[in-house]
Amino acid sequence: MSVFIIRRLLQASLVILVMSLLVFFGVNVIGNPVDILINPDFTQEQREAAIRALGLHLPIHEQYFVFLKNAVQGDLGISFVFGEPALKLIVQRMPATLELAFAALFLSIVVGIPLGVYAGLHPESVAGRTIMGASILGFSLPTFWVGIMMIMLFAVMLGWLPSTGRGDTVEVLGIHVSFLTWDGLRHLFMPALNLALLKMSLVIRLARAGTREVMHQDYVKFARAKGLSRRRVVLVHVLKNIMIPVVTILGLELGSLIAFSVVTETVFAWPGMGKLIIDSIQLLDRPVVVAYLMIIVFMFVTINLVVDVLYSLLDPRVRLQDLKE
Amino acid sequence: MSPADTKMVGTKMADVSTGIPPERASPATAVETPFRRFLSDYTESPVAVVAFVALVLILLIAIFAPVISPQNPYDLAVIDIMDSRLAPGETNFAGDMTYVLGTDDQGRDMLSAIFYGLRISLGVGVASGVIALSLGLVIGLTAAYFGGKVDTLIMRTVDLQLSFPAILVALILVAVLGRGVDKIIIALVVVQWAYYTRTVRASALVERRKEYVEAATCLGLGTRHILFRHMLPNVLPPLIVVGTVQVAHAIALEATLSFLGIGLPITEPSLGLLISNGFDYMLSGKYWISFFPGVALLITIVTINLVGDRLRDVLNPRLQK
Repeated sequence: MSVFIIRRLLQASLVILVMSLLVFFGVNVIGNPVDILINPDFTQEQREAAIRALGLHLPIHEQYFVFLKNAVQGDLGISFVFGEPALKLIVQRMPATLELAFAALFLSIVVGIPLGVYAGLHPESVAGRTIMGASILGFSLPTFWVGIMMIMLFAVMLGWLPSTGRGDTVEVLGIHVSFLTWDGLRHLFMPALNLALLKMSLVIRLARAGTREVMHQDYVKFARAKGLSRRRVVLVHVLKNIMIPVVTILGLELGSLIAFSVVTETVFAWPGMGKLIIDSIQLLDRPVVVAYLMIIVFMFVTINLVVDVLYSLLDPRVRLQDLKE
Repeated sequence: MSPADTKMVGTKMADVSTGIPPERASPATAVETPFRRFLSDYTESPVAVVAFVALVLILLIAIFAPVISPQNPYDLAVIDIMDSRLAPGETNFAGDMTYVLGTDDQGRDMLSAIFYGLRISLGVGVASGVIALSLGLVIGLTAAYFGGKVDTLIMRTVDLQLSFPAILVALILVAVLGRGVDKIIIALVVVQWAYYTRTVRASALVERRKEYVEAATCLGLGTRHILFRHMLPNVLPPLIVVGTVQVAHAIALEATLSFLGIGLPITEPSLGLLISNGFDYMLSGKYWISFFPGVALLITIVTINLVGDRLRDVLNPRLQK
């Protein structure tokens, strides 16, 4: 077991190292920040001083080693634009993104599972077919366009919901959250629904397929033969069993929700990490771009690592196969 | 063996693999060519036929955009700032032209802008799809044919890439490469190649164990010949299905990146850029600048997906009657 975990840890570190190389060199080879960030009216001395202050006078590979050394100590550089540590900027915006992602996850489960189970119980009914058709649309419509249409409908035409920002926030344990105030909830609903649509479609499909499979199992037949109400059979016996694949997949999809929040945050002007990275790419704020990409890669590798290890705990075949290779 | 003989063996092999040797077919079933069977299977679904016709129309619009557009939206001599932000159906300032879908903030006819945008969106989507498909084909066949370490290395890379969502991979590449048509195509190719490679490898592994490959090997044909002349035609069907779906994905992804302002440059106004352009006017109720390009994008993506879905059903041998 420990051999398996050590191997996986080494692989994960290797991936992060390769990504850091790729991202750092890629970002730093393209575009010249000196032209963008330094006032063209500066004298030659002022210019030199500014380049030194930003650390741009060193050869590129030395810049990388400085970056790597600092990164291990939690210092991912200072934003050219804000003049603040890049890590601090990102961490400040992280709660907003995580709030959005978890709200979307919550919505996709609460809406997706009942719809999926219903479609699974009545696959040939009109409602069941409509649900499946809607889930296909949810898969193929681009998130950003659905977001725009939601703004058009609910904010501009009907005027029910606000279209931008987070609204009133409350501080809980030093973190600002929107979902505890009425105004914040109103602001949160549309972006969360927008982000949730894709995952909702996925949950609907998983729940439908699971329900159809489980309904033919012996234990369901037995439960019905025992004379249990249909309600109890569905809510207890079926639901429990379809939750396994749904929970597994959603755990894996959490990372992709955070990545996709880039789009939703831009549409709804939600002040999270995604909005920051898009602004930073356009402003060529390299330290923030590099820091964001490193953090998100780190998050992904960690999620994958945890899932791998959990799987190997649950299913010994996985780690045995890995050792044989 | 002369090159001519080799060629003949190759074509014979291909015939056998379709399951209908022409010399053995009886006169009654002679008309039942694979293509005809495919055609009659496909047309069984009316939705798929409508989707196919719509797709052909969209392609024609994209190809002939300069001919059929009411105006050239990027010719500064024909657009008039007095016509800016007109609602759909209004006539222009000079009074000789009706803007069916309204105009944008520069006074461009939206219908023409959408036709031109379709051209760019489809062009980028198809170009990246074709490059990614060719790349995936070569890499996937190589992995399947050689197996062992080569296979492990390629498939580990594929797995690694597929564990990251497409939007994140594209974001990293755009941040690294910068903007530009060529760079967006590169980003889309990198996002897609892994899907093609995985598909090709999976079906090539099945094909490799079949007798015709063994026969070709016994005939002493070269590796490259077996890979590209014998195995390639047989791994194409699943690849076509993945290809159609991937092109729809590529178009959606390009539109998303362009909407975010990190996709195509302003000189190449794709549908995503048109939508992004109109987004600023959305809150003041001028919905049409964003809405109609979005509808065009939507129809394109949905029709491609519908055609792809039907192709998957028709080309899947397990579902064959």
